[in-house]
Amino acid sequence: MTASLFALLQRDLVLTLRRPQDALTVAGFFVVVVALFPLGIGPDPEVLRTVAAGVLWVAALLAVMLSLERLFADDYRDGSLEQLLLVPLPLALLVLTRTFGHWLVAGLPLVLLSPLLGLQLGLEAREIGVLMLALLLGTPILSLIGAVGAALTLGVRGGGVLIALLILPLYVPPLILGSGAVDAVMHGSSAQAHLSLLGALLIFALVTTPWATAAAVRIMLD
Amino acid sequence: MNQERFLHPPREFRARGLAVERGVRLLFSALDLTLNPGQLLQVAGPNGSGKTTLLRMLAGLSRPLEGTIFWDGQPLERLEEGPGTCLAYLGHQNALKDDLTTLENLTYAGRLDGSAGSPDQALVMLDRLGLGGYEEVPARYLSQGQKRRVALARLLLQKRPLWILDEPYAALDVHVIEVLRTTFQDHIDRGGMLIITTHQIVDIDGDCQTLELAPSQRSA
Repeated sequence: MTASLFALLQRDLVLTLRRPQDALTVAGFFVVVVALFPLGIGPDPEVLRTVAAGVLWVAALLAVMLSLERLFADDYRDGSLEQLLLVPLPLALLVLTRTFGHWLVAGLPLVLLSPLLGLQLGLEAREIGVLMLALLLGTPILSLIGAVGAALTLGVRGGGVLIALLILPLYVPPLILGSGAVDAVMHGSSAQAHLSLLGALLIFALVTTPWATAAAVRIMLD
Repeated sequence: MNQERFLHPPREFRARGLAVERGVRLLFSALDLTLNPGQLLQVAGPNGSGKTTLLRMLAGLSRPLEGTIFWDGQPLERLEEGPGTCLAYLGHQNALKDDLTTLENLTYAGRLDGSAGSPDQALVMLDRLGLGGYEEVPARYLSQGQKRRVALARLLLQKRPLWILDEPYAALDVHVIEVLRTTFQDHIDRGGMLIITTHQIVDIDGDCQTLELAPSQRSA
């Protein structure tokens, strides 16, 4: 079983490496959006510091969403998704593996880029640490929830916009908890409550969303 | 020829009372079929009579409006690891990744569905289907017919007892069709099962049945 799942993960990663522009667009989008904010709201360091957490999180949400449409769409078009349904393993596990691959390519780079951008917006070392931790817990949630949306919009024209409408509301809890964590340390209190809740949310998403995604894929292929 | 036995032994494949609707049209209803090891079923019928729909359903990819499909007396959707344990399916799409080479397409698929043999087996299969020398070529540079052959090679390597093939001969030349015909003959002789739609004559010795789907009617 693990050999099969590893083969799927490896294939997805090899495909990403052969077409790096997909992954680079996501990271590039994240950097550009965050870099635009100081130009828009002025260079006052105090103001930038106050909005930093929110800006970084919203940019991360949008960047992840940009990459979601391709999560299943290519496989749907070329028929690979049908073959995936016939792999003798629970579809939820296969979907979870695919989502993990998506996070490695789309979510993890955002976590690794965030200190640089945090520094640019004037965050201090402690705040940047919490920001990274929050993104590390939060970006997998974004991928997991996003997978449900990506599966539900398979074969739908203008699916990208529809994904946004479907899942942006569901991104509100990780957004509030994630940026709240940074705000908390900024105001001298502990971020533990926010991070714990974010962790709980991640576990909840890990357990529930793969089944929903698998069911959605089955329905859309029917 | 490197032909091992099946991953799972062939068993009776049966469908009872299948009914399918597409849009407002009733494609067919109360359709029964039974396929035993070593049997071949050709599904025939004019365009739009529901051949592809029926095959997708038999492969467990879509659900019938009514009726049940059984493998060895077990409903298909209750099989512990899904219908993929007993059957291999090839639809209209070849399910190849353009950015992977021919050989990578086969090896990843084999590792994924648990039938992975050595790369040598894949190379032998490619050679048999006239794709020797193409193993390092990315699938995007293959012609339609060559892609079809890679997809068929993948299916032949899966070692499933039941093959469900939707127009396997599409875009293939006479030589490959002949190779496939002997492969199918071999499969049937070893007790494998085959469900096929094609507009060509299936020239195979053995227990062959034909299921003729009527042109679709409008439902009341």
